[in-house]
Amino acid sequence: MSGWRRHTGLLVPLVVVAALVLWPIVTGKAADRESAFTLLKAVALASSLNILLGYSGYVSFGHIVFYGFGGYVGFYLLSAQGWPLWPALLAAGLAAGLLAFLLGAAILRLRGAYFALATIGVNEALKAFINNFEPFGGPIGMTLNFRVYQAYGGAAQALALAFYLAAALALAAVVVSHFVRVSRFGLGLQAIRENEDAAEIMGVVAPRAKTWAYVLSAVIPGAVGALFFFKNGNIEPHDAFPLHASIELLVMVMLGGQGTVLGPLLGALAYQGMRGYLVTSDFFGDIQLSVSGVLLLLIVLFIPTGAVGWLRRRVAPLRRVLA
Amino acid sequence: MTTLLSVQGVTKRFGGLQALTQVTFDLPEHQILGLIGPNGAGKTTLFNTINGVYAPDEGRVLFRGRDVTAAKPYHLARLGMARTHQIVQPLNELTVRENVMAGACFGHKRHGLAQAARVADEVMARVGLAPRADLPAGSLNVAQKKRLELARALAAEPHLLLLDEVLAGLNPTEIAEMVQTVRKIRDQGITILMIEHVMHAVMALSDHVLVLDFGQLIASGPPQAVAADPRVVEAYFGDPKLAQQLQGG
Repeated sequence: MSGWRRHTGLLVPLVVVAALVLWPIVTGKAADRESAFTLLKAVALASSLNILLGYSGYVSFGHIVFYGFGGYVGFYLLSAQGWPLWPALLAAGLAAGLLAFLLGAAILRLRGAYFALATIGVNEALKAFINNFEPFGGPIGMTLNFRVYQAYGGAAQALALAFYLAAALALAAVVVSHFVRVSRFGLGLQAIRENEDAAEIMGVVAPRAKTWAYVLSAVIPGAVGALFFFKNGNIEPHDAFPLHASIELLVMVMLGGQGTVLGPLLGALAYQGMRGYLVTSDFFGDIQLSVSGVLLLLIVLFIPTGAVGWLRRRVAPLRRVLA
Repeated sequence: MTTLLSVQGVTKRFGGLQALTQVTFDLPEHQILGLIGPNGAGKTTLFNTINGVYAPDEGRVLFRGRDVTAAKPYHLARLGMARTHQIVQPLNELTVRENVMAGACFGHKRHGLAQAARVADEVMARVGLAPRADLPAGSLNVAQKKRLELARALAAEPHLLLLDEVLAGLNPTEIAEMVQTVRKIRDQGITILMIEHVMHAVMALSDHVLVLDFGQLIASGPPQAVAADPRVVEAYFGDPKLAQQLQGG
């Protein structure tokens, strides 16, 4: 596979992201824009998690830690240091990447369930630390001064800007996911996923490849966190590090198909759609999280390759398009 | 002749089990060195110690003049060592071509994907896997998986190839084909260290044979001399069938 044919798998994901961006522009409704923002955020987070989970096979159960940490760093720079939004997002992404780099050195030598448990521990530890870290407001968190929005022409314009930035981050996550998948680096990650010992014997420098996969999977969530809490106007530890959101991300990736570019995207949309329905329903409203737990169980038992993997296996002509 | 691999006094223990004791040998370039011995003699452990899966407790391993005693498997791959596994280790979800490309990408030539794809196509044709290039590796049968192991190692274009029982489980026709393949690989200038139980094949292929028993080298020399060595015959008496093969081979 060479030239443009290598990139046919990017086509459908790009169309889906473009449709998500165009939808509120076409309808012109602020409520649609809010829904689209939530979907784009889920797409960005799930596609990022897929770089680690889908390609290298390492299950990060606490991936939301990068979202929360990036959120706090970005928020602090915006509110306490008066940074503009762009460099704050960049700094949040880099801070999350740096955290992943340092964590990776410590916990990526663990395999399977031990790694997954360690990532949960990291999330809870960082939440506890920030609960007691006064510069970040401790348990109360921080609130954005409304004047910050003035720099962007007021709160309404800031919300619109946040939407386009979310779109850019979702797009970036999908594109990065694709380029990792079709690269030599991605082949090394997939070799690690299939058999780490054999991969090392073939010459894949597994510790380095895993660390970079972890870093790549953390940067965009860091920026997404900063963007979300900028838009939200305040940040608190339990909002920044919700463990259940980590599990929801896993459900999205597994539902759509881990290790594919389109899978996490479709999974994010399907899961958010289902969640929207459940939260508003009388019966499921209070137990919607248990539904996602049951869903995860069913996926693992019956379609471990997810929807896209299932389709690729059964409909051969789709293999080129569904990557 | 230049020495490609030098194993010097290598000892490996697993808890109370003495797996290798003071194993010493040199492997000159462009040779086929056969490693034989009864089951549990430590042959695969010796491979694992040479290619960095285990670090030896004592002794040194030199490869291409460098001390690689504490090197990791990926360091050795990058220096030009490749191996096949006794128990096949395919990357099941990847296609046959991707498996072989991985060998080419991460071996010492460090090919990019496009060049690796060319190398993979050439190697797959050579070992007869070309018709299955786009199938998932997990769907191959055992004989095909053995060939995939070999293809992946060859795609790395190594200086030294470690073959761990590539003939096991093959029928006589397949064995004859594989013997030819191994000979061709050597003729291309690749040095080979092979563990093998199929005696007539190892006797026919090897320039030199090492015999390992209970973790110790008990004999070393040209194939015919080793087969006649009383210590070797004795070591194989625990396994009458093998002893018979040894004498007959």
